[in-house]
Amino acid sequence: MRALVNQRFVTLLILAVVIAILPFVFPSSYYFRVASLVWVSALAAIGLNILMGQAGQVSLGHAAFFGIGAYAVAIGPTHLGIPPWAALLIGAVLSGVLAYLVGRPILRLKGHYLAIATLGLGVLVALVITTESRWTGGPDGMPVERLTLFGWRVSGSYTWYWVTGGLLLVGTWIALNLDETPTGRAFRALHDSEIAAQVVGVDVARFKLQAFVIAAIYASLAGSALAFMNGFINPDQAGFLHSVELVTIVVLGGLGSVVGSIVGAAVLVTLPQALTVFQEYEHLLLGLIIIVAMIFMRNGIVPSLSNLLLRRARS
Amino acid sequence: MAEFLQFLISGLTVGAVYALVALGFTLIYNASGVVNFAQGEFVMLGGMVTVFASAAGVPLPLAALVAIAAAVAIGLLLHRFAIEPARGASAVTLIIITIGASILLRGVAAIVFDKQFHKLPAFTGDTPVDVLGAAVQPQSFWVLGGTAVVVLALYVFLEHTLVGKAVLATAANRLAARLVGINTTTIMALAFGGSAAIGAIAGILVTPITLTSYDVGTLLALKGFAAAMLGGMGNPVGAVVGGLLLGLLEAFGAGYLSSTYKDAFAFLVILIVLFAAPQGLFGRRVVERV
Repeated sequence: MRALVNQRFVTLLILAVVIAILPFVFPSSYYFRVASLVWVSALAAIGLNILMGQAGQVSLGHAAFFGIGAYAVAIGPTHLGIPPWAALLIGAVLSGVLAYLVGRPILRLKGHYLAIATLGLGVLVALVITTESRWTGGPDGMPVERLTLFGWRVSGSYTWYWVTGGLLLVGTWIALNLDETPTGRAFRALHDSEIAAQVVGVDVARFKLQAFVIAAIYASLAGSALAFMNGFINPDQAGFLHSVELVTIVVLGGLGSVVGSIVGAAVLVTLPQALTVFQEYEHLLLGLIIIVAMIFMRNGIVPSLSNLLLRRARS
Repeated sequence: MAEFLQFLISGLTVGAVYALVALGFTLIYNASGVVNFAQGEFVMLGGMVTVFASAAGVPLPLAALVAIAAAVAIGLLLHRFAIEPARGASAVTLIIITIGASILLRGVAAIVFDKQFHKLPAFTGDTPVDVLGAAVQPQSFWVLGGTAVVVLALYVFLEHTLVGKAVLATAANRLAARLVGINTTTIMALAFGGSAAIGAIAGILVTPITLTSYDVGTLLALKGFAAAMLGGMGNPVGAVVGGLLLGLLEAFGAGYLSSTYKDAFAFLVILIVLFAAPQGLFGRRVVERV
């Protein structure tokens, strides 16, 4: 049973089938939009999970990279005349370079110190975005030009459903494969014990940095995708609460589980949409659900459920 | 000189509030190992409950007591129903639980109260006092004095009472504390109640200056956490010094460099300090053994 679940191919196939089938059950275009939001959040979360779940490092400022990706595709075409697709790549490179530069000193820190350092980084990026209003439109945000690829204008919630779904598939595929490479094994080794990993010859600092850079690029691409999709961007996407949301998705779904990140995103993105029925009570219920979920499924939804299923299957 | 003094006093005033929030973080962290991101919500509760109680005709001192009592009750509930049941969970899980609690409390405050900004009248009038050419709001003295009293009371409690020593013992080594007969669960509840009270006092003192609303807690929690880390997590003296330093940095940074990046200085300095001294300014140099 477990061997079957662990098959990368089966996981990818199931995800592809889910993405392909969902449109047949969607009653309106609104659902395409919500699903696209889930795919985008899942993409960012899968990247963060490589850092948190595999390499065992916390980032409380990950939305900074999401914001850089988003603002790259907004600022590039509007202010600098860069084609949107190129701005997306530049954003990803910028995020990777920033992660590389600050990652070196930051990742020497552990536990709560790493948490506050990444948090500080996130707050700083968000502050720059909010303050430099000449470039970013300040707290009000700014419009984003449509993405055009080979003369094809990518727009509409239906189109973006497939684009983001495709991105998620590629992101999932890479993350699943990474898990099986020497790099992935090194990540897991330093998650379990940095000292033990060092003893067997893993260059701890280098692999932590690699995980941080990969996670930053995932977030940046997800940010760009969301900006294109919405045609608009505001500083909230780079803010502390969005960082928290990303961490919550990863932990809620299950640390170290790629599928978990997708399930976590599905839960955390659709819940507020569903809860808008209760409008007034939205935050109250969201907070309550997070607390209850973390108390009763502290390993995350997917690992907790698969353990439960395994136990059922055995007895 | 007058300008310098002006920045100094306003920096110390804001810093005192950060110091109280950081003390709350430290107290809970020491007793239970939890970083409580709902700490800012205690400050919010202190301000909001006082505002609404005094608007309902309760005299200010009594309204303040009601607010502190309400915050303590919520702190105890938080410990009993969110932290206790999750005993043994990982640090990240616990952080997310407290963030969930902070979202929940904000949601409750938005419903029970409202989403407007609220002000309390200054305790002793609004006429500025002249201090060597700097115009100082009387409320600043209330904040500084109040903080001093809280810090002193906490010091006496920890160093000179049996219960206080039990708190210190729990902070030093939870297992050892339990072995000598200290009920660590009660100590943890005490820490949550105490932190809530300290947070609420900060909220009551500062609301006449900075206003309050249901969502002021997040930024305060971030700054308080930053102050606690700047001083070295788990060190009460470090928390107070870290808070005051943070306030001064902000005030002087805003005054002499750029007011739009006021909030950035704090986090920039944290990053620099952590790069140079990864344990914070007053943190213990822990030697890890295999």
